[in-house]
Amino acid sequence: METLIEFFSLQDPNIRYVLAGTILLGVSAGALGCFAILRRRALVGDAVAHAILPGVCLAFIFAGGKDPFMLILGAFIFGLLSMATMDFISRNSRIAPDASIGMVLSVFFGLGVVLLTFIQTTGFVDQSGLDDFLFGQAAAMVGDDVLVFGGLSALILVITIIVFKELKLVSFDPSFAQSIGYPVKRIEFLLALLMVLVITAGIQAVGVVLMASMLIIPAAAARYWTDSLRVMLLIAAGVGALSGVTGSFISYTAPAMPTGPWMVVSAAFVFFLSFLLAPGRGEISRYFQKRKLSRRVACENILKTLYSMEEEDGRTDRVRPGKELRKRRHLTRRTMKQVLSSLLRRKLVTYYGGTPDGYLLTPDGRKEAKRLVRVHRLWEQYLSQHLQIAEDHVHEDAESMEHLITSEIEEQLRTSLGSPELDPHKSRIPYDTEDNEPSTSNSDEKARKDKGGSPGYKPGGKSGMIQGGKSGNRAGKKGKGGAS
Amino acid sequence: MITSTGWIIITAILAASSCALVGTFLVLRKMSLMGDAISHAVLPGIVLAFLLTASRNTFPMLIGAGIFGLFTVWLTEELSKKGRIFHDASMGIVFTTLFAIGVIIISLFAANVDIDQECVLYGEIAYVPWDLWVWRGTNMGPRPVWILSMVLVINISFITLMYKELKTYSFSPQLAATLGLPVGLIHYGLMGTVSFTTIASFESVGAILVVALLIVPPATAYLLTDRLHRLLLLAVLFGITSAVGGYYMALWINSSIAGAIAVVNGMQFALVFILAPRYGLLGRKLAGRRVNKYEPGKYEPGLISHPEPEDLR
Repeated sequence: METLIEFFSLQDPNIRYVLAGTILLGVSAGALGCFAILRRRALVGDAVAHAILPGVCLAFIFAGGKDPFMLILGAFIFGLLSMATMDFISRNSRIAPDASIGMVLSVFFGLGVVLLTFIQTTGFVDQSGLDDFLFGQAAAMVGDDVLVFGGLSALILVITIIVFKELKLVSFDPSFAQSIGYPVKRIEFLLALLMVLVITAGIQAVGVVLMASMLIIPAAAARYWTDSLRVMLLIAAGVGALSGVTGSFISYTAPAMPTGPWMVVSAAFVFFLSFLLAPGRGEISRYFQKRKLSRRVACENILKTLYSMEEEDGRTDRVRPGKELRKRRHLTRRTMKQVLSSLLRRKLVTYYGGTPDGYLLTPDGRKEAKRLVRVHRLWEQYLSQHLQIAEDHVHEDAESMEHLITSEIEEQLRTSLGSPELDPHKSRIPYDTEDNEPSTSNSDEKARKDKGGSPGYKPGGKSGMIQGGKSGNRAGKKGKGGAS
Repeated sequence: MITSTGWIIITAILAASSCALVGTFLVLRKMSLMGDAISHAVLPGIVLAFLLTASRNTFPMLIGAGIFGLFTVWLTEELSKKGRIFHDASMGIVFTTLFAIGVIIISLFAANVDIDQECVLYGEIAYVPWDLWVWRGTNMGPRPVWILSMVLVINISFITLMYKELKTYSFSPQLAATLGLPVGLIHYGLMGTVSFTTIASFESVGAILVVALLIVPPATAYLLTDRLHRLLLLAVLFGITSAVGGYYMALWINSSIAGAIAVVNGMQFALVFILAPRYGLLGRKLAGRRVNKYEPGKYEPGLISHPEPEDLR
């Protein structure tokens, strides 16, 4: 706790430098990484970071020492060169982009290692610091370094904000950008320039190997939380900054601990949390979504089964034993219980407790079941009529589509098929208007006649319950396509 | 008796051939960077094996690294499937995080770990002749040579046994799946050999050179031929020549051997990229000119006889 206060009181100028450096790096790399991820260029950053090494070494040889400006210049030139090489190779040959990334990465880095060993064997003074470029040494950052690297990061951020709209468009749809007259090539070049700049600024803190992760991980974590690029950029910058703080704090409390790797690990931790917890896209939330969907499908299947039983014997008043329902749908006892209680709660079915006991569709339930059967059969008809799929192959597809077809799609299907009477299997497609059709009233007549004999139907309180349900009925809201 | 120069060259040649063989499939399958990912991500495996056995014994390290290599492949795929992120991004997340964890473990036990990250990155091929395997008092020669020979044998037998399957799979996994080939088995078999090749080679030549040896020779060969067996042979040839050339270049300018081999790889590629008859820069230019020299009348209909409607009847 004391170290925490000590750390955040920022008394020590060294802490201020390191903290400022890592935060600026995290923010700018996080923000730019979003573009890299969206353009599927995540590992280009890795290659550029590696390819910078020979530039650093050459700058060192020419300047005869560690001059930060020369090192940045060298790094910058080689970063651009490597990007150009990757682009050139994959554009002018049949080598796939990933192979050209790998080649540039390894060959440039090999050249860097050759130069590095050359420097070491020729015995330059002050060459020890060059190794820092490989693994980063944020803790060794002094005032001048922070000024230089911080200045770079700030520049990157400002440029990103100014040309945000252009960068966004080019990242999502370069051909559209081209067609409305944006200078796509120039914007892409600017983006490459920014990327090289941020990598150049970053290797001092996290090193060649881990630089890619500062581009990729915060952006990937941010993607889970939002669909808006602006927000994603902000979140990624935040994650980057947070990992910068964590990394510097850990290496402050335990000086043997390297800052860069801890930055990466803390960013990865945030990524993992986002992967699990983010609403909508996170793993946990998706689990619940999936469960909800499968519950809904199970409910709808039961409704459909009840309806098809009614269709088979033409009677809407007969109770259907739960056992038979379960046998037809192959459900476990437990799911069956959950599904039926949900249907009862939503007043789509009613329970009759006599002998034999069982379930009945309420009018609302019947309406919903009809809708399902209708879209099922419409879809089958659509598949066989428009896609010429054999009649015996359409059922499976319709079985899953019936749960997904919205009222708008249903409307379109009906318009394009002209509200057909029958589906490919010659079954009637039930429309909502049939509620008042003579055929139905006939069966009602029949039902009324059978009333006495049927043990499953008790007029009175029960029937009130049957007609009672209104709430939670999706058919009521979406079924307006029915009456046309 | 083989001199130390001889051992170094033999090691480099063995590593180059094994890498070129499996690398060919990586390049064809557009998964070139898997080698990069694996070679970085095995660091924690190596360090853990080292800490657990408290020795620099190679076999525990190979096993530790092998586990982490396959773990990387698996995690990358799971993450990109479950987490719905692009494959390259998920690879970037997995391998950098694992490498960072490796570096952290090294710094935690810095006092009793005498492997450093640099060694992992560049490798120490120059020390190969002194890394001897003494078995029952007999000097059997450098250990890396044995390991790499074993890996080479495994790779060659894997490729010869599964040649047809690998061929179908690497050009079209969908076709392979439709034909009923065990795609998952082929994939993980390939990834397994990539892991072991990477690990066995990078102990002596370093993580980055492994990437160079895996990708550059096959990519170079890919510009010269369309046939898989020629591609494999050419890739191995390029690998071996770069190994030998790199060694002498390193000797000449007094630098890291691994780095020099990578540079020679790059030079080979640059040459082929410019000069390759069909897929090189010059070849394409010439082909373009040939097309531009189109003379009206030369390719007029009539050269290819179109069936007249009467013939069809």
